Amino acid sequence: MATDTALTATGDHERADGTEHHHPPDSYYVRIAIILAVLTAIEVALSYLGAPTLVEVGGLLLVMAIKFVMVALHFMHLKFDSKVLTRVFYSGLLLAVSVYVAALLTFRVF
Amino acid sequence: MTDISAVTAEERAAKEALTTAPSSAMIEDSHGHVTNTGISNEKLAMWVFLGSECLLFGGLISTFMLYKENNEAGGPLPSDLYDIPFTSISSFVLLMSSLTMVLAVAAIGRGDHRKLRTWLLATALLGGIFISGQVYEFQLFVKEGMGFTTNTASSAFYALTGFHGVHVSIGIVMLISAFTLSARGRIPTGSESIEIIGLYWHFVDVVWIVIFTVVYLIK
Repeated sequence: MATDTALTATGDHERADGTEHHHPPDSYYVRIAIILAVLTAIEVALSYLGAPTLVEVGGLLLVMAIKFVMVALHFMHLKFDSKVLTRVFYSGLLLAVSVYVAALLTFRVF
Repeated sequence: MTDISAVTAEERAAKEALTTAPSSAMIEDSHGHVTNTGISNEKLAMWVFLGSECLLFGGLISTFMLYKENNEAGGPLPSDLYDIPFTSISSFVLLMSSLTMVLAVAAIGRGDHRKLRTWLLATALLGGIFISGQVYEFQLFVKEGMGFTTNTASSAFYALTGFHGVHVSIGIVMLISAFTLSARGRIPTGSESIEIIGLYWHFVDVVWIVIFTVVYLIK
């Protein structure tokens, strides 16, 4: 189950292909978490503001997308990892969004 | 004039090198296994699994969007019963569990096993609080007369949030297993297993980011 990677003096993983898997300091992750918490608060506030539907829905979807990408990039390390993984994940996501938006359009949900 | 025998020897050496040396596209992963990508099979498999999970949750979210106003069979709609402040706190708890998870991954990267166990336990605890909140919400909804089979909207709601809850519960089991293995000294420094569990946990978090907005906040 467990596997090892070589560790450099700074605590970064050194892969066999010569690239390094950087671990940012803990404070970096804390900053990201604070931004995510603030975005969540903005989301909740937006839902209570009573703005026009288009502004409210558009704003909520935008904040949701920013939060999603931030977690994927920073916490799931897509920013630091091989681009192959980004392509694998976003291919599945894009396929899901396309299929279900098409399905919902067929049922005239929007 | 060129020396034919020398050329032949060079060609032979080149051919030999081609057949014995690994292709430049083949790179060893962290296990020492040769892979085309340089990424371990386990990690790639988790990412492929997460990509496919997008389709599962996409289907459940779409079904909810399709039927969220459908209470032809009677009974309340899920949107009549939402307690947004309560769910916002639950969302915040799950979001913070992603922070503790990434700190656990960073800790094992540094070889700090004590911190690894602390963050793993904190993540499992926050996950447990989220699940408790969900169970509390479900029992309140049932008391208000919205059971799983009350109407189509309630079925779609419970199927979506219930599936997510099951994913969180599986994640908690994985975290506790990792904690136990670490306590027994069976997780070596730099172990990729913790990173793979982390990927699953963060995915559960990003799915909730979507559910919270699409199901709870968008009217």
